[in-house]
Amino acid sequence: MKKLIIALIMMVPGMLHAAGGGNIHLESADINLENDAAKQRGAKYFVNYCLNCHSLKYERWQRMQEFGISIDDIREHLMPANAKPGDLMTIAMKTDDAKAWFGNPAPDLTLETRLRGEDWVYTYLKSFYLDDSRPFGVNNTVFDKVGMPHVLWELQGFKKPVYRYDVTSSGHVENSFDSEAGAEAWIREHGGDAEMKIQRVVDRLETAQAGKLDDTEYDKVIRDIVTFMAYMAEPVKLERQRLGIFVLLFLAVLFVSAYLLKKEYWKDVH
Amino acid sequence: MSTKQNLVDWIDDRFPMTKVWNEHLAQYYAPKNFNFWYFFGSLALLVLVNQILTGVWLAMMYKPSAADAFASVEYIMRDVEWGWLIRYMHSTGASAFFIVIYLHMFRGILYGSHKNPREMVWLFGVVIYVVMMATAFMGYLLPWGQMSFWGAQVIVNLFQAIPLVGEELSVWIRGDYVISDATLNRFFALHFLLPFILAALVFLHIVALHKVGSNNPDGVDIKKNKDENGIPKDGIPFHPYYTVKDIVGVVVFLMFFAGIIFFWPEANGYFIEKPNFEPANPLKTPEHIAPVWYFTPFYAILRAVPSFAGTQVWGVIAMGVSIVAFFLLPWLDQSNARSHRYKGPLFKYALAIFVVTFAILGYLGVVSATADRTLVAQVLTLIYFGFFFLMPAYTRETSDKTTMAKIYFAAMAISTIATLYYWWFFDGGADGSLLVKLIVTAVAAGHFVIFGIKPWLKPEQSMPVPERVTE
Repeated sequence: MKKLIIALIMMVPGMLHAAGGGNIHLESADINLENDAAKQRGAKYFVNYCLNCHSLKYERWQRMQEFGISIDDIREHLMPANAKPGDLMTIAMKTDDAKAWFGNPAPDLTLETRLRGEDWVYTYLKSFYLDDSRPFGVNNTVFDKVGMPHVLWELQGFKKPVYRYDVTSSGHVENSFDSEAGAEAWIREHGGDAEMKIQRVVDRLETAQAGKLDDTEYDKVIRDIVTFMAYMAEPVKLERQRLGIFVLLFLAVLFVSAYLLKKEYWKDVH
Repeated sequence: MSTKQNLVDWIDDRFPMTKVWNEHLAQYYAPKNFNFWYFFGSLALLVLVNQILTGVWLAMMYKPSAADAFASVEYIMRDVEWGWLIRYMHSTGASAFFIVIYLHMFRGILYGSHKNPREMVWLFGVVIYVVMMATAFMGYLLPWGQMSFWGAQVIVNLFQAIPLVGEELSVWIRGDYVISDATLNRFFALHFLLPFILAALVFLHIVALHKVGSNNPDGVDIKKNKDENGIPKDGIPFHPYYTVKDIVGVVVFLMFFAGIIFFWPEANGYFIEKPNFEPANPLKTPEHIAPVWYFTPFYAILRAVPSFAGTQVWGVIAMGVSIVAFFLLPWLDQSNARSHRYKGPLFKYALAIFVVTFAILGYLGVVSATADRTLVAQVLTLIYFGFFFLMPAYTRETSDKTTMAKIYFAAMAISTIATLYYWWFFDGGADGSLLVKLIVTAVAAGHFVIFGIKPWLKPEQSMPVPERVTE
C-alpha cells in the first residue's frame, strides 16, 4: 500500500508540466512584485504607451495608491480628465474603430500575465522585428502575425531578424543552417528517400535602428511594465502570501494541541 | 434536578435530541482500528460545508449573465472585502472535494465497504459522486472564461451523439443552440440547488451507514463479538474517540488546503485553468480544450473509443458505463472476504493496476490526443473495464459461474479481441508506432489472461478472516 502511495505521489511532478504547453523559448521576466518603484514606473509606461488601445477594465485607478502613488498624482498624471479615481481603467477607443485599425480590438490586459504568464509578456515586448509583409511593418517571434504595431519602438528602436534554416523530417529538426543553400545541399547529400522540408525560422534579432535606450535599459523598462501588470492582475497576491504564513503557523499550533488531545483520549483504547 | 437537565428533558419529551446524539455519536460504536484512510469521510463533509458556505457568499456578489459574469468574478477578487479568499476557498474546494472523494472511494474498495451488508451505503455514495460531478460541471461554467465556455460546449455536445433525441436534448439542456446567457443562467440555478440535494444524500448515506455499522480495515464484523452489556468488544464510541481523532485529520487537511489557497491557488493551471483568465468568446476556439482534471479519466475513455457505424455514440456509452460500473461493484465482488488483506493476491494487483490506470487516463485526458496516446488510452480503457467486469472472475471462490459473470467475461473477451483487431488489421493503429502497438497488445492480452482466464479456470481463495480486529 505504501509503495502505491509513493508511486502515485511520484507521478504528480510529471503531470504538472502537462498544462504548460507552447514550445517558444521564453526569457525569464524575473520581476520583484514587492518593488514599489518598479510598479510606479511600470504604471507610468503602461498609461503612456499601452492604455490608449488596451484597457485595464477590471481594475480601478485608485488601486495604484497601494504601491505608493498619491491620489493627487494619479489624478494629475495618470487618469483622463473626466474620470474619477474609483472608475475602472477603461479606454475611449471604440470597438469598431479598433477593428478597422488593427483587425481586432486590442485585448484587455488586466489578467494578461495570469493568462499567458509574466515571462511571455516580457519576451513578447522585446521580440518585435521588422517584417515588410505585415501592415505595421513589424512581426513578433512570440506571437506570429500579431496585429499590434511596435508601440515601444521609440525606446527600443527596431530589430531585424537573423534567419536560420531548419531541415525537418516528419516534425523533427534534423539539422540547422545559416543559409537556404546550405540546407538544400545537406538534403541532397543526406536526404535519401525521407521527406525533408526546409523551414525558415527567426534565430535571433539584431539591431537595425537604435532607439533611445540600449538593450539593458529597455529590458528594465519592460520588466517594470510586467511588474505593474502582474500586480494589477492579482493585487492581493502579496497580501495573501503574507497572511498565509500566519494561517499556517496558527494551524501548526492547532495541530499540536489537537494531537495531544487525541492522544489523551486514546490512552484508554487498547 | 438542574435547570440544564430540565431543559434537556423538556426537549427530549418533544424531540429525540438525546436519543439522536447517543445513537449517532456518543453510543455509536465504531471499530477501534480505523487507519489513515478513514479520515476522508469526515473531510468530505467538511469540504461540502465549505463549498456550500463559500458558494452562498459568492452568490451574493456574483452575476449570472453572459455580459457580467466574468467581470463580477474579478469584482469579487478585487473589490469585495475578503472576496478573493472566499473565491479561492471555493475554487480550491472544488478540486479538494474530488481528491477527498476519490481517496474515500478508494478506501471503500480497499476494505470491501461496498460488500454485504453495506450495499446501500455504497450506492448512496456513488449517487453522491454523480451529483457532485453534475454540480462541479455546472459550477465550472459560471466564471464564464474561455475554458468554462468551451469545456461546457464539448460536454453538452456529447448528448448530441445520442441517437434520435440527441439534437433536441442538447438544445433543451442549453436552452439555446449554443452555450449562451440562457445556459449560464440555468446552470447557476442548478449549481445553487444541487448542493442541497447533495446534503440530503449525505444524510441518507450516513443513515444507511449507522444502520449497518462502520466497516474496518480487517473487514471484521465487530457486532459478532459483544460484551455482557451488548457493546462490541472491538468498538469504541464515535464521540469522543473519533471526533477528537478526526479533528487532527481536519487540521492536517486544512494545512494543505490553506497552503494551496494562500500560495498556489491556480495549482499550475489545474485548479484554475489559465484560459479562464480570458472571458468566454464564442468566436475564438482555444487551441486545446480539456475538462478539469477530475473529469479527465472519463474524458480519456470517451476519446479512446472510435466512432463506428457512422456514430460517435460508442464513446459516450463507454464513458457512461465507466461511471455506472461503480454502482455494480457490490455484486461484481464475489470474494468471501471484505478487506483486501484476506482476499487472494489478484484483487490487490487488480486494484493497484486500476489506480495507476485511472491516474494515467487522467493525464491522457489533459493532453492532446496523438496516435500513440490514443492506443495507450484504448488499452487502459480495457483495463479500466477489466477491473470491474473481470472482477466476478478474479474474486469468485467457487467453481460455479453465474450467468452475469459469464456475460461480463464474454464482453471483456470480445472487447479485448475487437480492440486488438482494430489496432492490427483495421486503420485504428495505422499512425501509431510499432513499438507502442506491441506493448499495448502484450499488456491487454496479458491483463486478460491473468485477471480473466487464469482465475476462471482455478478460482482464487481468500484467507480466513480473524474473529477480532488485528490492530
